[in-house]
Amino acid sequence: MIRLERRAVPSRLWTVATPVAAVLATMVAGGILFAALGKNPAEAIRMIFWDPLFGPNASYFRGQLLVKAGPLILIAAGLAVGFRAGVWNIGAEGQYIMGAIAGAGVALAAYPAESPMIFPAMVLAGALGGWAWAMIPAVLKARFGTSEILVSLMMVYVAQNLLAYMAFGPMKNPQGFGFPGSRNLQQYPSAHNPELIAGTGMHWGVVAAFVAVIGTYVLMHRHIAGFRIRVAGDAPKAARFAGVVPGRLIAFCLGLSGALAGLAGLFEVAGPSGQITDSFNAGYGFTAIIVAFLGRLHPVGILLAGLLMALTYIGGDLAQLMLRLPAAAIQAFQGMLLFFLLGFDLLTNFRIRLGRARA
Amino acid sequence: MTATDKLLIVEGLSKAYPGVKANDAVSFSVAPGEVHALLGENGAGKSTLVKMIYGLVAPDQGRMVLAGAPYAPADPHAARMAGVAMVFQHFSLFEALNVAENVALGMENPPPMRQLAARIRQVSQTYGLPLDPARIVGDLSAGERQRVEIIRCLLQEPRLLIMDEPTSVLTPQEVEILFGTLRKLSAEGTAILYISHKLEEIRSLCDQATILRGGRVVATCVPAERTARELAEMMVGAELKLTDRAGRQAGAVVLRVTGLSLPPATPFGPSLKEVTFDLRAGEVLGIGGVAGNGQEELLAALSGERPGRPGTVLLEGADIAALGPNARRARGLLAAPEERLGHAAAPDMSLTENAILTGTVRKPLTRKGFLDMGAARAFAREVISAFDVRTPGPEVAARALSGGNLQKFVIGREVLQSPRVLVVNQPTWGVDAAASAAIRQALLDLAAQGAAVIVISQDLDELMEIADRFAALNEGRLSAPRPTAALTLEEVGLMLGGAHGMKPVEGMA
Amino acid sequence: MMIAGIDIAQLVAMLMVASTPILLAATGELVAEKAGVLNLGVEGMMIMGAIGGFAGAVVTGSPALGFAAGAMAGAGMALLFAFLTQVLLSNQVATGLALTLFGLGLSALLGQSYQGIKPPATEKLTFGPLTDLPVLGPVLFNHDWVVYLSLALVAGVGLFLSRSRAGLILRAVGESHDAAHALGYPVVAVRVAALAFGGALAGLGGAYLSLVRVPQWAEGMTAGAGWIALAIVVFASWKPGRVLIGAYLFGGVTVLQLRLQAAGFAIPVQLLSMAPYLITIAVLVIISARHRRGAQVAPASLGRVFHASR
Repeated sequence: MIRLERRAVPSRLWTVATPVAAVLATMVAGGILFAALGKNPAEAIRMIFWDPLFGPNASYFRGQLLVKAGPLILIAAGLAVGFRAGVWNIGAEGQYIMGAIAGAGVALAAYPAESPMIFPAMVLAGALGGWAWAMIPAVLKARFGTSEILVSLMMVYVAQNLLAYMAFGPMKNPQGFGFPGSRNLQQYPSAHNPELIAGTGMHWGVVAAFVAVIGTYVLMHRHIAGFRIRVAGDAPKAARFAGVVPGRLIAFCLGLSGALAGLAGLFEVAGPSGQITDSFNAGYGFTAIIVAFLGRLHPVGILLAGLLMALTYIGGDLAQLMLRLPAAAIQAFQGMLLFFLLGFDLLTNFRIRLGRARA
Repeated sequence: MTATDKLLIVEGLSKAYPGVKANDAVSFSVAPGEVHALLGENGAGKSTLVKMIYGLVAPDQGRMVLAGAPYAPADPHAARMAGVAMVFQHFSLFEALNVAENVALGMENPPPMRQLAARIRQVSQTYGLPLDPARIVGDLSAGERQRVEIIRCLLQEPRLLIMDEPTSVLTPQEVEILFGTLRKLSAEGTAILYISHKLEEIRSLCDQATILRGGRVVATCVPAERTARELAEMMVGAELKLTDRAGRQAGAVVLRVTGLSLPPATPFGPSLKEVTFDLRAGEVLGIGGVAGNGQEELLAALSGERPGRPGTVLLEGADIAALGPNARRARGLLAAPEERLGHAAAPDMSLTENAILTGTVRKPLTRKGFLDMGAARAFAREVISAFDVRTPGPEVAARALSGGNLQKFVIGREVLQSPRVLVVNQPTWGVDAAASAAIRQALLDLAAQGAAVIVISQDLDELMEIADRFAALNEGRLSAPRPTAALTLEEVGLMLGGAHGMKPVEGMA
Repeated sequence: MMIAGIDIAQLVAMLMVASTPILLAATGELVAEKAGVLNLGVEGMMIMGAIGGFAGAVVTGSPALGFAAGAMAGAGMALLFAFLTQVLLSNQVATGLALTLFGLGLSALLGQSYQGIKPPATEKLTFGPLTDLPVLGPVLFNHDWVVYLSLALVAGVGLFLSRSRAGLILRAVGESHDAAHALGYPVVAVRVAALAFGGALAGLGGAYLSLVRVPQWAEGMTAGAGWIALAIVVFASWKPGRVLIGAYLFGGVTVLQLRLQAAGFAIPVQLLSMAPYLITIAVLVIISARHRRGAQVAPASLGRVFHASR
């Protein structure tokens, strides 16, 4: 019989090896899935993981990598801080939308004025929009004990409806020939979040993502505040004993992750996406949850996981184009990855022993 | 006596866990109607042994015979079917369910609820342990909860009743009533396996004793024929050192608590009601009480985890009632909670990180909020060496340490921060004798240096040993402290709330 | 009876249909949570039930077999969750989220070829003259069998939990898995069974969405219904009867806002569509504020990992 035995100290080897093992297992299981769909599994896997980087049109796709990874990393870095503390913000998608609406709102209000102050104001508004949206579950949790999981998630649906309302109503482009969607900010120089180095996909959002990675690393691993956050996740009573006030902790974690998600939304709407439409959000807020876990809730891990997940997005698009693989396949693929990760995680904290069966 | 007279024979039972042999070829036997003590320190292997008898753990080696037939219970159901019942140390009760439901869960074929309720009333009256079957267990006192466990066992009419540390939650008066019940059962022919480390109880109650140390049987004896000291030395395997309480003088009042009240934190939790006392420099105040009478709440109210109404807690004249833990630490009020893993220490964090947990206020472990890991490691090492914490090094996770070693670390971490007032809850609970003695001595030494110490404990012997004054916590109220030198056990029992409405079994006790 | 141009009896009948998916899912989740497991993957199980049920019904031509397939799809997802959380001891919150993300993706994948198809109709039952009664007829005696099944399941779960020994054991496991283990009850087996039951009901609810309520298959068609089911369990304070009230209340809000949209009130459609979510939040807040002051209601072991170490 197989027995589980708790390790005295979590295995360092497996902490690092688990994500790798999970990715490999996902490739195998994904291959089976693709084979079941009648596609050549080896070709599909190569197209998802290899071709975007080294394939025929890699120079184009490599630029896309940072465009996709930026928001994922930016959001996941914030989420991971909360997850470490046991604060479950799963409404990043909504905060992302609200950041975009708030930031675009500033730009559209200023249009057509040109000023170097417009973009910074948009950035501030984006962060505030996401922050405010996240503070709703935070305040309700701290004040009434309402589950932040359910409220933050409900707020995603509210934000989506608000987004649609904005795209069809107040933010609709008056010169858009009746089509829904706002003005394109790419054509509004003061509000545009441009590609900083041509061909790299690097824009201010990617810069913000790198800053977030460094910032959360310093916070979580070098500063007393991050230390207390980690204690709160490991042992809530010990955290209280160490002086953590639960309400403030919740507000900080949700506020930070909300602000970062809002920033991600702002940079997206002002840059790659360009305009507010009812389908502007692409699920980054949910995929970032996978990124956070895949990165072991560690900033450096999140950086790598964000790049990997961006790769599957691009590769998924490619496979969709070349192999006619359904778009949903990549979503299932990403979900599978999280499953394998959580399953393999057992090896970090437990040792598997083959023991005698019980009498 | 021949083997066939025995109810339970245990032969060569062994059980190993990774890195520790919990039981090593343990043999003993119990006759019908015998009250048999299993005596040993924490970690001696008593719990593992009874779990094997109750079918919760399968032995690696050895065999058991129950009433002449081979006995190898696959699970507790099989054990109960064979007539073995057990009262657990940490209760196996469900707080949100009522008494009758709890009893039904511990029975193999319970009758319909209405009949069961009637039988609970009847049996509880017979044994002098009144219980209302419809009450929610979460609302019951610790003593009453234990009654539920006992009634649950008695309804099965067991041949062998296992009791794991049953008196740790009882007042001396309640212990007497329990013993009355057990003697009545034994007279009816039920064998009782009684696990305890309380020597006087074993001497007055048990017919036979098997003494375990390090997983092995080291001695058997008739407890009444030995002194408590002899039993203790058999149990520990060394001569016991007495603590040195000389050299202390009570100084000025450092801590003044007046009318401190706290609402319950959880639905079934206790509250604090108008707690009032003074604490002087150089003094050890012992606070006794049965588990669940507000000990944890009192610690939280003093440590600052649950701030109180202004004016209720004064430290050296300053009102600190509204301050949180770190502000109180800055002023010299430190604490060590009961629950080592999860409250006093974060289980998955290293000892260095656990030193940071409470040490940043009084020790220079941070610079402008940034952690100085070198300083933290040095502080952890200092605690480890000053308090003889057995660990490979400060990078080891807290949960990898044994209970005694972690407790020494936790107490040491606070003591080395030179507190003005130190509040500890259950400082030696589940800790082996040598570590307990070291911890008690450290607390006495701290007081001798002029600090004031509050020891909250359920171990009355411990409080009598180290406290200058004693106060009892009962249902959230604190009695007026009295000098320990002049107190008898009888008086202490009454301070703890007497028998909580129980009455002795007729003709017994 | 007409109020503001809306037929109340018809509204109530519509409300019952609108509520049934959530009622089923919430009842199932209640059983799982009573056993001490927090499965946040209800949304994922529902959507798999929706596509499983839809595909089953289309392929076999039988709605009943479709519902069975939906229930099995939901239960299969729940068993995946059970394997991860009960055997591999993974974090329940994270695993529940993974289940939802995976379910949304996989269902979209499986549903590729089922878009734009009409499923075989699930017939309404008729009760002769009873069905023709004014008001009572359309409200009580003119529904499909799943509506009646969902009501029977609520009653059955209520009786099971409060009256049966198995229900008592299930509650005991949810209150304290350590104590239940000490008494010899198979904690993991009980939880796996409760999860599978919960998954089957969530799947059934999902199938009802795609086969009756909409009736069509569309990607992500559950649109948060699984999350609302989770909220309703909290709203109901873990009591089956109150789940019924919660689900119907929610169904009422949904139907009402749809009627208001149809009636062409001067409120933008998107803002009206927010109503169910906002009301769910409002209700959660009221209930949690009450829970904070009142007695314990959530199972005490809810969401905690059980590992019988020694």
